[in-house]
Amino acid sequence: MSNTAPLLQVRNLRVEFPTRRGTLVALDDVSFDISPGEVLGVVGESGAGKSMTGAAIIGLLEPPGRIAKGEILFDGKRIDNLRYEQMRRIRGKDIGAIFQDPLTTLNPLYTVGRQLVETMTTHLPIGPGEARKRAIGWLEMVGIPAAAQRIDSYPHEFSGGMRQRVVIALALCAEPRLIVADEPTTALDVSIQAQVIALLKTLAREKGTAMMLVTHDMGVIAETADRVAVMYAGRVAEIGPVREVVKHANHPYSVGLMASIPPLDRRVERLAQIDGAMPRLSAIPQGCAYNPRCPQVFDKCRVLRPDLINAGTTRAACWLFDTELADG
Amino acid sequence: MADATPMFEARDLARHFDVSRPLLQRLVAREGRRILRAVDGVSFAIPKGTTLSLVGESGCGKSTVARLSVGLYGPSAGSVTFDGRDLAEARAMADQRRRMQMIFQDPYASLNPRWRVADIIAEPIRAFGLMKTRAEQENRVAELLTQVGLSPLDGQKFPHEFSGGQRQRISIARALSSNPEFLVCDEPTSALDVSVQAQILNLMKELQQRLGLTYLFISHNLAVVRQVSDRIGVMYLGRLAELAPAEALFRTPRHPYTRALMEAIPDLDMTGRERIPVGGEVPSPITPPPGCSFHPRCPLANDRCKRERPELKVAGDALVACHAVEEGRDDAMPMPAIARAAA
Amino acid sequence: MAAAVKRFLDSDLWWSFRRSPVTVASAIVAAICIIGAVLAPLIAPHNPFDLASLNLIDAFKPPIWTEEGAPEYLLGTDDQGRDVLSAIMYGARVSLLVGLSATIFATLLGVTLGLIAGYVGGAVDSLLMRICDIQLTLPSILVALLVDGVVRAAVPREVHDQIALFVVIFAIGISEWPKFARTVRGSTLVERNKEYVQAARVIGVPKVRIMASHVLPNVIGPVLVVATLNLGLAILSEATLSFLGVGVPPTQPSLGTLIRIGNDFLFSGEWWITIFPGIALIAMVLSVNLLGDWLRDALNPKLR
Repeated sequence: MSNTAPLLQVRNLRVEFPTRRGTLVALDDVSFDISPGEVLGVVGESGAGKSMTGAAIIGLLEPPGRIAKGEILFDGKRIDNLRYEQMRRIRGKDIGAIFQDPLTTLNPLYTVGRQLVETMTTHLPIGPGEARKRAIGWLEMVGIPAAAQRIDSYPHEFSGGMRQRVVIALALCAEPRLIVADEPTTALDVSIQAQVIALLKTLAREKGTAMMLVTHDMGVIAETADRVAVMYAGRVAEIGPVREVVKHANHPYSVGLMASIPPLDRRVERLAQIDGAMPRLSAIPQGCAYNPRCPQVFDKCRVLRPDLINAGTTRAACWLFDTELADG
Repeated sequence: MADATPMFEARDLARHFDVSRPLLQRLVAREGRRILRAVDGVSFAIPKGTTLSLVGESGCGKSTVARLSVGLYGPSAGSVTFDGRDLAEARAMADQRRRMQMIFQDPYASLNPRWRVADIIAEPIRAFGLMKTRAEQENRVAELLTQVGLSPLDGQKFPHEFSGGQRQRISIARALSSNPEFLVCDEPTSALDVSVQAQILNLMKELQQRLGLTYLFISHNLAVVRQVSDRIGVMYLGRLAELAPAEALFRTPRHPYTRALMEAIPDLDMTGRERIPVGGEVPSPITPPPGCSFHPRCPLANDRCKRERPELKVAGDALVACHAVEEGRDDAMPMPAIARAAA
Repeated sequence: MAAAVKRFLDSDLWWSFRRSPVTVASAIVAAICIIGAVLAPLIAPHNPFDLASLNLIDAFKPPIWTEEGAPEYLLGTDDQGRDVLSAIMYGARVSLLVGLSATIFATLLGVTLGLIAGYVGGAVDSLLMRICDIQLTLPSILVALLVDGVVRAAVPREVHDQIALFVVIFAIGISEWPKFARTVRGSTLVERNKEYVQAARVIGVPKVRIMASHVLPNVIGPVLVVATLNLGLAILSEATLSFLGVGVPPTQPSLGTLIRIGNDFLFSGEWWITIFPGIALIAMVLSVNLLGDWLRDALNPKLR
């Protein structure tokens, strides 16, 4: 992934929520890149900030949330400081978004065909006739049977799985170069989930679309992502190639997270578990946010916050991999 | 399993819901009644002290079975017995009702937001009049909180002060407060993060060993089910496709649907593996296909499958409702990778 | 108790209240109206019902700041020589009493029926909701007029004078309950299917207790909002009925009665007899309504 310039660069992103009881820091110092054709998986517990990272990239942070520091570059240009209208244009054309609930994306009053055609004629230099032809193509591509007939159906006439595929077609039809997918398969049954994942993978491979895939389902990540970012309490705890993070994680949190997944191929008497719970945004401990739950905690962890450090195969925000002590 | 009477038994259990539109609209549109057969003839028994799990995709009827088995719904047909007594009869007696409890899926909806945790946990104690004095009650609540890994001081807080996993612990404490023997767990961990899921599953296993509980466990997650079950029932469109001891099911899944389901699950060990999706979608339970309801998606379907509904029949350690398995045609469908890996 | 006060001062509700100047102003106006009304017998400068103290020589005195104003009558006097300010205070007392009682009556009735309709469902629900529908198609003032008319026809005159106050309360209350019933039914339908209610059903808690101790506390928030908004409406309904002459008996004039009496003199120049009770009515209803609006927004998590 080193030979291509990254399409998306997130640099030291910090998102704050001003509340009456002080400012909550929802994301802090989040940095990562995504190259064309690459799928970056973002995992972590609910509240870790994975969805918010996605929302910040597509410019849809819920108020009063705001980007307080850092920058987001798309194709080398900053997009975090654009006005709503400018960002809206980019969101339709260059960055596609897929959300967990398909009903929030589809307009119930228009047929899916009309929504697809309008999206394409707005963003691509094609007329309605051509757009309709392509719309049918997209619906076929996402696996909707009899697409030519169903194109004139309304969203409610599709089942949940079909609707999610329509959403995906809608996100893809303007041929965006980046897709931000937030739990795109969580609402789907395993059998449908597999179909959708297969489709997204094909797109990344064949069209060179970059993708940020936010999910809590490690299985989906394992089979789809090229690289994985593990988030904890608003920060990136570890980032690296999928095989390494899933199989040989370095950060104690990633290790615990992967170990707590119930195995499918055998029965164990007692599952590995991480005791305690992720801290609330209003009570993030000093030092490393994971230190109260970490089995390998030592003094430094309780005082200083680690940045991402080279940990061999991955980069981990953990003092265990700090070599400066040894060097100096 | 010295006691031969199962804790719980369902025989040809069915539950139909009338989902017709209002009479006037029906007359205008000239359509008949629409009956949703959520559960359509399910039989199984749970021996005391063991766990039976029901797995399946959404809409297969597993949650309806859970609700039927604690009497939240009445059966449309068939019978349910609780420790040898008809369920309705058992539920009419407080000392029998006390013996069954339920744990729900959504930790945010299963605790009354206006009640303090201590009152939530004590509700069954009060409802059944198990403790006479207030002091006794408070002691018991403190003991239960400790048992599920919370602090006795947490009793004075309100549910919104807890995380999802902690709330699920409170739910478990409430369920345990009437000293039940049979717990119905409806997707107890599917709303939780995986690290928390492990905590809750471990807790439930621990409690089962310590208190000798019998579980009916409902889940859509095969990996979770493998960890907790003694026996597993795979449901499809309101019926059992396969019912087998847990290890046998994973070693030799027999029903084509079970195999397809296992093949469709992503697995950590399989980075880069292509899963084989089950083609098509679950049909509507209002208009299920004739014959075997899985036949439109089944690679082994033939004419008989389209006409005749298969019944559960013994096949090895398992009970399987499939003509292809009965006729020995199932070799045409390969075993899923998980089962191959085990063998 | 001190802890409860501290918790309230720390709550989001108090915070959003303090942040809204309009709400604070409304609360002050409402407080003045309520204190003036409740404490009227203690703080009113005159007793307008003490016939002995009335002097026809003092009739039609304009407000104090006009040339002919008399120093002891701040807002002037009416045709009988009654102090307008005192009459307003006593009148507001009657208006408030009727408005509050009618709202409480409508709330109790509406919440009970809404809870039953939503929780029991089926035919009971259909029946209650159809009654609501029918009643909502009739303007509430018409329902109140109807009730009042029926009672007038049914009981002898002297009995009616005695029970007139209750008739008005009943008439207004009965015309307002469907709003409460609908609100409560809607929330009950949502709450009834939540798992904490099912958990209570599993252990066999009786229906009535589930409704009272589980569902009711969780549906009462919106009711408070409807009740506050309704209070203003009930006061207006009473004023309308009294203005039409079918409300409270003239021996206990409410603000509506005062406006009606004063109305006769509006075009002969004695404007203050009707204008000041009118202003008092507007102030009272408006401030209560603004408080209700604020409460609705403050309790709605989506708008927060």
